[in-house]
This record gives sequence, C-alpha cells and structure tokens, in this order.
Amino acid sequence: MTTIAIAPRQAAASRVRAAFSALAGALSDTADVAWRNLLTQLRTPQALVFATIQPVIFVLLFRYAFGGAIRVPGTNYVDFLMPGIFAQTVAFGAVGTAVGLSGDLRTGILVRFRTLPMARIAVLGGRTVADLARNLLVIVVMTGVGFAAGFRSPHGAGGLLAALGLVVAFGYAISWGFASLGLRVSDPEAAQAAAVPVVFLLVFTSAAFVPATAMPGWLQAFGTHQPVDALVNAERALILGGPAAHDVLISLAWSGGLLVVFALLAARTYARMGR
Amino acid sequence: MSEPAVEARGLRKAFGKVQALDGLSLAVPAGSVLGLLGPNGSGKTTTVSILTTSLRPDAGRATVGGLDVVTEAARVRRVIGLAGQFAAVDPNLTGQENLRLIGRLSRMGRGQARVRADELLDGLGLNAAAGRLVRGYSGGMRRRLDVAAALLHRPAVLFLDEPTTGLDPESRFALWDSVRDLARSGTTVLLTTQYLEEADALADRVAIISAGRVASTGTPAELKARFGTVVFQLDFGRQQAAQAAHTALVGAGYRPRRDGADIQVRSATGSGELAGVLRALDGRAPDPVSVAVREPTLDDVFLSLTRGGEAA
Repeated sequence: MTTIAIAPRQAAASRVRAAFSALAGALSDTADVAWRNLLTQLRTPQALVFATIQPVIFVLLFRYAFGGAIRVPGTNYVDFLMPGIFAQTVAFGAVGTAVGLSGDLRTGILVRFRTLPMARIAVLGGRTVADLARNLLVIVVMTGVGFAAGFRSPHGAGGLLAALGLVVAFGYAISWGFASLGLRVSDPEAAQAAAVPVVFLLVFTSAAFVPATAMPGWLQAFGTHQPVDALVNAERALILGGPAAHDVLISLAWSGGLLVVFALLAARTYARMGR
Repeated sequence: MSEPAVEARGLRKAFGKVQALDGLSLAVPAGSVLGLLGPNGSGKTTTVSILTTSLRPDAGRATVGGLDVVTEAARVRRVIGLAGQFAAVDPNLTGQENLRLIGRLSRMGRGQARVRADELLDGLGLNAAAGRLVRGYSGGMRRRLDVAAALLHRPAVLFLDEPTTGLDPESRFALWDSVRDLARSGTTVLLTTQYLEEADALADRVAIISAGRVASTGTPAELKARFGTVVFQLDFGRQQAAQAAHTALVGAGYRPRRDGADIQVRSATGSGELAGVLRALDGRAPDPVSVAVREPTLDDVFLSLTRGGEAA
C-alpha cells in the first residue's frame, strides 16, 4: 500500500529533479558559451573598437554638425539627442549577433556544438548574453562622451539609469531577432548587409533624431508605431522628465513581446538546422 | 560483437535537387576502424553529419552505440566525438581554452575538464602551444587540436572527417599514429578520406562510396584481391603509341586503362600473364619503353569502381 502511495510522488520528484538539472545545465552551458564569445570579442579588439567608435562619432556628429540646425522646442538638443543615440546604438549592436552567429556557422564551430551533449539553447543564449555585455560597455563609453559634449540628463541619475535599463532590454530582445538571421546566412558580410537596412528603417523613421511631427503623415503612421520610437519616447520621458509610466509600459511591452517571439523563432531556426 | 557500434541502413538525403545520399548502408563493428573512401561530393561528409546528429536523413535509419541518431540524438552525443574538415576549433581562444570549453560543454566538471585537456594537449604534442591563440597555429597543430577536442569526453565512437586533407606528410603521419593508438585502445573509428593510402594504412575495413551509396566493401586486402592480384604498368613514352596498344589489348580481350602514355592492365592470374599481354601487342603497337609489375593499390580498385563497368 505504502509503495503505491509513494511511487507517483517519487516519480514526480525525480521529474522535478531532472527538470532542475536540465535547467542548471542549460544555464551553465550558456555561461560557458557567453564567456567564449566575450573572450573572442576582447581578442579581436578592432571589432570592439569600431563598435564603440561608431556611436561616439554619431554623438559628436549630431551634436556639433547637425545639432545647430535642429531646433527642438523646450530642451537642449543634446539632451533630446542622447536617448535617440542610445536606441540607435543597441539596434546596430544587435546586427553583431547576426554577424557573430553566421561567423560561427561558417567556421564550423556550430557543427561541433551541435554534436556535443550541451543544451542547444546555450548557443543562442550565450551569444545574446555576450552581445548584451558588449552593449553595456558601449553605452557606458557613450554616456561619458555625451556628458563631455554637454549632455546633462536633466531629470537626474535615477531617470537616466531607468532609461538605460529600457535600452538594454530592447537591445537584448532584438538580438534574438537577428540571431535567426545569422543562423540562416553562413556569410557574415551577407548577414550584416541583410540586417542593417532593417535597423536604418526603424531608427530613422522613429523620433530618435528629430521630432516625429516633422515627418509626413504616412511616414508618421509607421514611425510612431514601432519599437524604436516607443523606446525613444520612454527614454525621453525618463531623462527629460514628464509623465513616463505610459511610455515606459509601451516600450517594455514591445521588448517583452519581441523577446518572446524572436527567441521562439531563433530556437526553432536552430532546431531545424540540418533537416 | 553482438551489435555494430555504427550501423546505417538505406540512408537518403537530398539537398535541393542533389541526391547526396542514395540508400547508403554500412556497419562498423565495435572496436574497429572503418575507412569511408570516396571522391569529393560522393556523400562522405553528409554521412558523417547524419551519424553525428547534426543532420537529419530524409529516409533510412542509423544507430550509434545502439542508439538511434534521430530519436535518441541527445544520448548519441554523449558517446561520439567528431573531428574533421568542418568541425572547427575557435581561432581566438588558446588551445587550452578551446579544450576546456568543449570539456565543460560535454558536461565535465571544471577540474575534470582541465585535467583532461592537459592530458590531451600532452598526448598530441601540443603542450608547448597550449597557451597560445589557435589563430597562430599551423594547419597540422590545428588539426591535432581538433582531434583532441573530439576525444575530450572519451567517446566510444570517433568520427574523423578527412582528418588529414591539406596536411603536410609529417603532420599526416603523426595523426595516423594517434588514430592507431586510439584504435588499439578500443575506440571505434569511422574515418572518411580521399586518400587510398590513408584507408590502407589505418582501416580494418574499407567502404568505397560513390554517388551516395556504398559501391564496394571489404578489408583493404580483400578489395585488392577482388580487383586482380597484379597490375602490369606499361609506359609507351608517347600517347599515340599508348592509344594503339590500348586498342590492341581490348581486341585481345583485356581491360586496359590508359592514362596519358601509360597503360595499366589488371590480371587475376598473376605475373605469368605478362607474356600474353606482350604477345597481344606484338606487331600492333610499338614496344613499351618500360614494363613494371606491381601489386594493385586501392587507387586501382577505386578508379575501376568509380569509372563504372570496369570491375572484374
């Protein structure tokens, strides 16, 4: 009698244990792959330097070359600009996810990973986590350059940090989007060429650099209903001050929704490789 | 030896319109070395990819260590190692870091992975380069590291996909020694190669693969025996003369193969047949510049199979 009562409980317990051990394994694999990707990036410093220089140049370019011609009522242009540049930077940074994965596809490392008893999701998780870390580094450098160029984050440090949190979350979500692309193209240049136009479209139709009201109506309709625009608006509310809750929620909803959709898509692409 | 370590039955795989595998079947007894021999595009890598779970067959079944490579892929991955032309190591990590990473991802503990990595670096003569970035390695060193990565979790079945393609002779022989050591220690090895010499040197059995299926299989000695016991190699100096000789030999019922000014004739009966060959040429073609009698190589076997129709 007792055995009958206990057996199912034991079975359930061992299933739970198995699930936990699978999860622990997946996390450990993800950490190992992320570590490998970070080391790889540190050892190809050219890539890292260019990833940092480009946003810095954008800050300086928009601040000094275009800034004089763009008037945004009620604020300093550089304070208006920085949220846009942050969004642009992580959007372009996500292209790196596609480039990195397609590079791994080309060199054959992915073939090796696919024959190891590791958690499959770790290949994608490790890549996106490493790209997240790179985004953090670039953002820190940019913030420094921004402050040197007159950025003052009028609403204080709390607002700035919250805004950067949204930026990083968005960057992580779209990293997964570009992961699927990288897995489909075994040529890093092609992956980059495919990814960049998408980013351009999203960034330059958003309010990243100029207020959306300056665009024709049909473009506004697209530009104001997409994730980069939502992110920039939320950032500005947090950095410049003003009612932020609504914009922040919209941006979080975009990032969360995109993350779920893109992660499922990328996982499916990875699982279907070799069919 | 109840169950082969690797078994494939009727594997088919198409990439678009190209039928890469067209009903390939093979078996590798546990503890033996099978050489899968074939030219580029014959389906060697596709076969290895399916057996190592990174590619799904369209049809057919394969098992490794008794486990189905499709439905039990996760368990198959625990018993296999893969090295070769398309399984890479990371150029931006050191040799040691590469092996430790693979060890960790093979679910070894940190300490265990470190010990095993050092052991293999030592065993494959990479000790001095262990701390250097792989992008500075020579081709031979890279290949040895690749093999080390495949051996990390002590796989029962090792797949080597053209392990010596593009290597200089010295590196090739060093790698051959490693493979022999492994085979001696009981590891089952499936090795693909384009080099007949390599299959001859390493494999207990050879499967010759052509157009996505196994065309012939046997021990290297059996294959050679099946395709004649001796080969007469006649050098005519000029292509024209060789052409005339070819015609004369065909007329006499032989199956010669011409290669430039060279003619090769296989014989099942032995060197005594040379007299007959020369008699067939008498008056119909110039005398050969030189005549050699040699044992058939796997090259002879291979060419006769892949050119079709010529098999004795």
